[in-house]
Amino acid sequence: MAESIAWEIKSDYIHSLAQKGIRQDNRAMDEYRPIEVIPNYIPRALGSALVRLGATQVLAGVSMLVGQPYPDSPNAGVLMTGCELVPLASPTFEPGPPDENSIELARVVDRGIRESKAIDFEKLCITEGEEVWMVMLDLHVLDYDGNLFDAAELASTTALWNTRIPKYEDGQIIREEAKEKLPISEKPIECTFAKIGNTIMVDPALEEEKALDARVTFATTDKILCAGQKGGSGSFTREEIDYALDMAFKKGKELRKLVKVI
Amino acid sequence: MGMKSDIELIKDGKRLDGRGVNDLRPITIKAGVLERADGSCYVEWGGNKVLAAVYGPQECLPKHIASPHRAVLTYRYNMAPFSVEDRKRPGPDRRSIEISKISKEALERVVLLEKFPNTMIKVFVEILQADAGTRCAALTAASVALADAGIPMRDLVTACAAGKIGGEIVLDLGKKEDNFGEADVPVAILPHTKEIVLMQMDGQLTPEEYRKALDLSIDGCTKVYELQKKALRERYVEGVD
Repeated sequence: MAESIAWEIKSDYIHSLAQKGIRQDNRAMDEYRPIEVIPNYIPRALGSALVRLGATQVLAGVSMLVGQPYPDSPNAGVLMTGCELVPLASPTFEPGPPDENSIELARVVDRGIRESKAIDFEKLCITEGEEVWMVMLDLHVLDYDGNLFDAAELASTTALWNTRIPKYEDGQIIREEAKEKLPISEKPIECTFAKIGNTIMVDPALEEEKALDARVTFATTDKILCAGQKGGSGSFTREEIDYALDMAFKKGKELRKLVKVI
Repeated sequence: MGMKSDIELIKDGKRLDGRGVNDLRPITIKAGVLERADGSCYVEWGGNKVLAAVYGPQECLPKHIASPHRAVLTYRYNMAPFSVEDRKRPGPDRRSIEISKISKEALERVVLLEKFPNTMIKVFVEILQADAGTRCAALTAASVALADAGIPMRDLVTACAAGKIGGEIVLDLGKKEDNFGEADVPVAILPHTKEIVLMQMDGQLTPEEYRKALDLSIDGCTKVYELQKKALRERYVEGVD
């Protein structure tokens, strides 16, 4: 069965609370859960960061490979974002190839980073048309308690800001001499909003996420919107989108301060 | 999006194909084009050629995904290998899976799924030729195909994109505009309530530009809706005479 009876009762409860302007954990509608960001959580990786958003935990790791550029951009490095919803993070995650949720998450995080133009891909060119650095960004969801988008983007931005490029000599990657910093300039942040009934709330926790009618995520830098994604089987009014957009810029500024560079 | 080029995408308010900033490409929609499907639709939208088919409500398989409360809706967006210049490897890729997911969610808002518990409604869309804006053309076709299948719906779903090229907000990006433009905002709405059921954005926009693009794409949807209605009328009203 797609949904258990317990979830349905819970969902009704969350809806009736939302109608009264209350959240289960007594947060304000525009309030995030406590956030902790730990850069270089995996020192062996060239860049990494762990983000705890309430009980949600997402680990982002960066590896660097040398590969061929795409034919249509011969002088630009490449970013590839992958995501594993590993089964230890939730009873609903299954081992196996990425499902639609994991693909959507990886692609929305990827768009936020890519479209913000944070990474200077031309500086990642080694030999035009032949060799470029490929930035492999991998997201590992460790504990799923809702709002993976925002946690994953924050972890990714922090990991990339703390990434060092290995030395590359005579066709060899020398990891021990990874001193040069990844050329990065912006700090893209994603903010996700849930619509429950007619209430819009930021940072949905797991039970809110299960109960939501619709979801919208905006990725922003200081002044620019660089990605957006609506999800869920409900809908938004034009005014609700406006509200979420303004709030995404406001909350984005707060979250951006958590991107620490060591 | 965002690739570098010396092409001037817009000059004196005219775009590469001669359109103004608020103009759609030519669109034709035809309902009921396939023999075997319960409902179907063919859309030509600029250089896009899109075919949608609906099967169901029918037995839900595999059985464990069935719901006692509502029908399960599936949506498969698929590009033919020859639909793009460089052959696309057949089968679902990550992009297709994401598009299928958000398009399914958009349709779940309108289809009266609760009327058909324990069943499944399957929507298939094939992109035969791609020319930017395929997800919008696909969803527009899918919603006509659902109506053609006689499946009860709250409204149609109508989709259209707006974007930014050469510093201006324009409606319905073409192929070159999509590749070399600055931003793309595909949107789907319910034409009666103007509810937004699909929205994506990528590129670089200020909040003001984004709002303008959103409004423009909603305007575009309203125009596309007229063509959807016309297609259904042609099949079911005028076809009778």
